[in-house]
Amino acid sequence: MTTLERPAENLTNGWQRPPVAMLTELTHRCPLQCPYCSNPTVLSRRSDELRTEEWVDIFRQAAALGVLQVHLSGGEPTARPDLPELIAAARDNGLYTNLITAGVLLTPEKIQAYKDSGLDHLQLSIQDSEPANADRIANHKGGHAKKLAVAAWVREAGLPLTVNAVVHRQNLDHLESIIELAASLGAHRLEIAHVQYYGWALRNRAALMPTADQVARANAVAAAASETYRGRMVIDYVVPDYFARRPKRCMDGWGNQFFAITPRGLVLPCHAAETITGMTFSSLRDRPLEWIWRHDPAFQRFRGTDWMPEPCQSCEFRDRDLGGCRCQAFAIAGDAAATDPVCALSPHHDLLVAMAQDDAASGVPHYHHRR
Amino acid sequence: MTVAESITEECRPKLADFVRVQFDKARDRWVLQGPERVLVLDETGKEILDRATGAVTVGEIAAQLAREYDAPADVIQHDVLAVLKLLAEKNFLEIADDHS
Repeated sequence: MTTLERPAENLTNGWQRPPVAMLTELTHRCPLQCPYCSNPTVLSRRSDELRTEEWVDIFRQAAALGVLQVHLSGGEPTARPDLPELIAAARDNGLYTNLITAGVLLTPEKIQAYKDSGLDHLQLSIQDSEPANADRIANHKGGHAKKLAVAAWVREAGLPLTVNAVVHRQNLDHLESIIELAASLGAHRLEIAHVQYYGWALRNRAALMPTADQVARANAVAAAASETYRGRMVIDYVVPDYFARRPKRCMDGWGNQFFAITPRGLVLPCHAAETITGMTFSSLRDRPLEWIWRHDPAFQRFRGTDWMPEPCQSCEFRDRDLGGCRCQAFAIAGDAAATDPVCALSPHHDLLVAMAQDDAASGVPHYHHRR
Repeated sequence: MTVAESITEECRPKLADFVRVQFDKARDRWVLQGPERVLVLDETGKEILDRATGAVTVGEIAAQLAREYDAPADVIQHDVLAVLKLLAEKNFLEIADDHS
């Protein structure tokens, strides 16, 4: 997500500053069925989706609140015929517009229409460097070949391209060729993201979890490639946190810089927050965005550091990792307010490590595809 | 040689088409917007980027700023190169060599 490149101001509790970026899930509809999809396991229906004029108003509210960047995502955002209008509305409000797409619905004409509407940047997902395996992972025949064509159309249109590759046990050994493929497609930036285990991915964890050896090799490959491609292609590498001893600084802090909007208008502190059952979130159909950002109990719940239990509260890393990931604490420890089990100081850390080892060794090849 | 290493006094730097300098009203400051990045600009950074249009060389940018701020040219040139190299490493800069 958006990085604010200057030392973070000291965090205080309660509402402290405006958000920098937002993720908009314009629809949950998608032709691909990736087993690690970040959408919830219960998907919004098309008839519930926010209408064009509702999104246009949301972009106005977001810019007024201080948002600088919008990630137009889904599902597959290009399934929405009104996407050019939405891009134009975001740009008219000064937002930097990033389209996050699987590409398979695109044509050169659609890409040109997005560009003409003011699209700043496009991020294209790939599932693997090997076409057959890529199509198997997405459960979409011919998808990989289409993506290669799309990348060329994007560059011909003069748009900057990020390639995004989600990596896991069943493609991680191809990381070198994935990196080469991204470079050959003319990507300005490559995002290599290890699967984060929420929702669909949690359900498919046994089929996705890499081995510790795979992860160690991938870390080395990514580090070497960052040097090799310096100045030509920026490589952002999201480390697999099941293999870490310190938690990630998740979302740069809950309700600190970022929020997500679901297709039917719920505002979430993180796109996976709905996996925390029992939490309720406000809708933009009922409340203005500013009220939600400042006052919604869901945003206040884990803002700052006051909510933290021990050993987090007195930990020297408290202000650095901000307590890690609430969704992960809920998924593994059953309590969203618990210490992130990734942390070696969590009473659930050994459980997490054992789960990862069992899953990696399971050899489960098949997926429950998202549908 | 990387783009960053190739930046010299004679280059004519130009911001890439896909990044833009923008005033951030909510926080009362200038920022550079790029893919997944918001760079906060200080006064010098803003002055340098305003001149990175592809029309002026690095040396001329430094000389202009040295005059405006009444500062030593070598110090300014060092600052200008540092800012431009940082941007080049992020792929935010296009470089034209000055053969004219």
